[in-house]
Amino acid sequence: MRRLLLAAACVLATAAPSFAQTLHVALRQDLDVLDPTLATTTVGRIVFAGLCDKLFDIDEKLNIVPQLATGYEWADEKTLVIHLRPGVKFQNGEPVDADAVKYTLNRDLTMQGSFRKSEISSIDHMDVVDPMTVRIVLKSPSGAFLSQLTDRAGMPLPPKATEQEGKDFAAHPVCSGPFKFVERVPQDHVTLDKFAGYWDAKDVHFDKVIYQVFIDSSVRLANLKTGTTDIAEFIVPTDTAAVKADPKLRLAVFDALGNFGITNNLDNGPRAKTPYGENALVRQAFSEAIDREALVNVVYSGMYAPSVQPVSASSPFYDPSLKPPPRDVAKAKALLKQAGVTLPVKVDLLTPNQPDLLQEAEVIQSMATEAGFDVHIQAIEFASSLQASARGDYEGYLIGWSGRVDADGNSYAFLHSGQGNNVSRYANATVDKLLDDARYSTDLAKRKAEYFKVWAQIQQDLPVTYLYNPRNIMAMSVKLKGFRPVPDGMIRLQGLEMSK
Amino acid sequence: VRGHLGTRVAQIIPTLLLVSVLVFCLQQLMPGDPALVMAGEERGDPQVLAQIRAELWLDRPLPVQYMHWMGNVLQGNLGYSWRIREPVTQLIAEKLPVTLQLSLMAFAIAVLIGVPTGVVAAVYRNRFLDYVANAVGLAGLSTPTFWLGIMLILLVSVDLGWLPPSGYVPLTEDWRQSLATTIMPAFVLGNAIAAILMRHTRSAMLTSLDQDYVRTARAKGLREFVVVIRHALRNALIPVVTLGALELGTLFSGAVLTEQVFSIPGFGKMIVDAVFNRDYPVVQGVVLVTAFLYVVLNLLADVLYVVINPRLRGA
Repeated sequence: MRRLLLAAACVLATAAPSFAQTLHVALRQDLDVLDPTLATTTVGRIVFAGLCDKLFDIDEKLNIVPQLATGYEWADEKTLVIHLRPGVKFQNGEPVDADAVKYTLNRDLTMQGSFRKSEISSIDHMDVVDPMTVRIVLKSPSGAFLSQLTDRAGMPLPPKATEQEGKDFAAHPVCSGPFKFVERVPQDHVTLDKFAGYWDAKDVHFDKVIYQVFIDSSVRLANLKTGTTDIAEFIVPTDTAAVKADPKLRLAVFDALGNFGITNNLDNGPRAKTPYGENALVRQAFSEAIDREALVNVVYSGMYAPSVQPVSASSPFYDPSLKPPPRDVAKAKALLKQAGVTLPVKVDLLTPNQPDLLQEAEVIQSMATEAGFDVHIQAIEFASSLQASARGDYEGYLIGWSGRVDADGNSYAFLHSGQGNNVSRYANATVDKLLDDARYSTDLAKRKAEYFKVWAQIQQDLPVTYLYNPRNIMAMSVKLKGFRPVPDGMIRLQGLEMSK
Repeated sequence: VRGHLGTRVAQIIPTLLLVSVLVFCLQQLMPGDPALVMAGEERGDPQVLAQIRAELWLDRPLPVQYMHWMGNVLQGNLGYSWRIREPVTQLIAEKLPVTLQLSLMAFAIAVLIGVPTGVVAAVYRNRFLDYVANAVGLAGLSTPTFWLGIMLILLVSVDLGWLPPSGYVPLTEDWRQSLATTIMPAFVLGNAIAAILMRHTRSAMLTSLDQDYVRTARAKGLREFVVVIRHALRNALIPVVTLGALELGTLFSGAVLTEQVFSIPGFGKMIVDAVFNRDYPVVQGVVLVTAFLYVVLNLLADVLYVVINPRLRGA
């Protein structure tokens, strides 16, 4: 009997879980190329959060905090001096120094196909002051420049390895983050292993991270429920009730950076020549007819924040006094009367053919009908809808923007005249000036005042009828501790651990 | 027979050329600008768009683009994926074994379910077992793959915890895990084909069982089992084999949905992602390889007829 017990104890001892821990992260779609200079997807950024450290990071309150940098100062309003953390190594052993920072920013500016170029095009030149100090001189003052270094443009790459790999860098990316690249199976997963030489190793509690792609939301949820996934970077709002009901899971809902609304065709080709496109009063009536709160409750289980601003409540540029107006059908009808249009006013609403957006379009349709509109929903696949909006083949387009840390990234390209993302072809000299002033200033209070004026003005002109600010909705195992809800929606692996 | 086979082999080349032209042109008809998709949220910058178009040859005339691509294809180079910048041949080499494994397992399941139920339904014609088999067949035909897939995941994985809900482990890595991850999707995929096979086996068997040679076999006093299996089924199998070969082709297209639901990184998932992301080189490469496999499978079916039916050997 004793022998039997001993044997059983031995078996149990060997079967006890080893402490080599793997974190399984579920992504909603496959990422694109694993090269910070060339990448464009949000899910790609989530993988970079494990693979590549940045010069600066942002915290829960959107403050810019040091990561690979220890600090910075503006020598004058065009000269930024960045001090680097000493003793930090890339995953291949090369030092993270001023040369590497200069090399990477140069690569971003000059490499063919670089998507970072437009983000940091304000750089005039860079100097290496000493191995741990780099000076960046801008062409003009920029309030948003520093925030660009909190994302992919701020991820230094090791010059030697990057040069050696050339165009194949994405197949074997090397960075300075807590985890190093092991393998990628496209459409399936990316595996990263702990980087033993990481500068902040005490905060890293997993040995391996596997990012797995689950496109179908129910399948993502099923994987969370069975424990094969520890954290999902996005859960559809209608699945949140199931997560709440499961004692093994925890929901994290927090402000994001983006916006969602109806982009209106004001002057982009012949389809702008409608009462809706030509008369601001008609668009105001449409906006008055929408109950944003009800829309969010019906379609998104109340998870998103009704809003009329391009920035979310987490941003310092959010104007708390500018609240979404309550639905007012009588006012909407009065505005239509004032506009002198024949009823019903026909509006074509273009939407990507995703189930939630279709439902959203239908809710808007029924609300607007009561005020005297005749809304036709035109649902097409996402890539086609993008093209239609770019060439002006739409009247209203239901589309969102994932958002940037600085308000400039949520407004300039959409609301300033002559910008590529301004598919409304909205042009208002006052708004242009305010956006320019805010862009070229580093004075926070002044910039805030300017953006508040822009938000107020666009309620009148309505190039975009903002509806709500989406939130990050993540679900994770209750055992997972140390998750930090930062509005950019990234999963920071530092500090994250599995309790026993 | 050899001459016939020679002609069939020679037909493969123009068929594939035609497919290549068709897929190239159809893609151009598809709305959605690849440069806009590739640029992601950088799409507002006209410089970025111009740069992408130049890099991907999108700013050149269509025939030039086609000739450039075809020239590479003839040298065995299917190009690079625009989105993830990996060679298309490498992607196909990674994904094809996954879909092949899934399809073969699904086909085996389909044959194992479809043929015996078809035989039973024919033997017990218009009796209870026939009705049951027909009802099961009809249900299999009319159940949407994605619905059945999600239901099975919820039941077998979430509630019962018997199998992993999704994902894929290669056979070479761990065959047990590999089977565990593919058995559910293979069943879902095989289910609809089992129904088709069952109905065809049933009607072919009904014809067979009415033939003189079956009556003769029974008159000789052979056991009913031997009559059904050795005499009737063997003859009934010919149309079933044709159908099987064609269905193996549809398995590939069926894999699109199944792979999506079960997150299996195969051919189907690759082509869906490629179409939505306007990753033309991947779409073209996958369609070309699929067309090639389809043509080869049909050729194999032709050869199989001859093996099964000796009367065709003189033809």
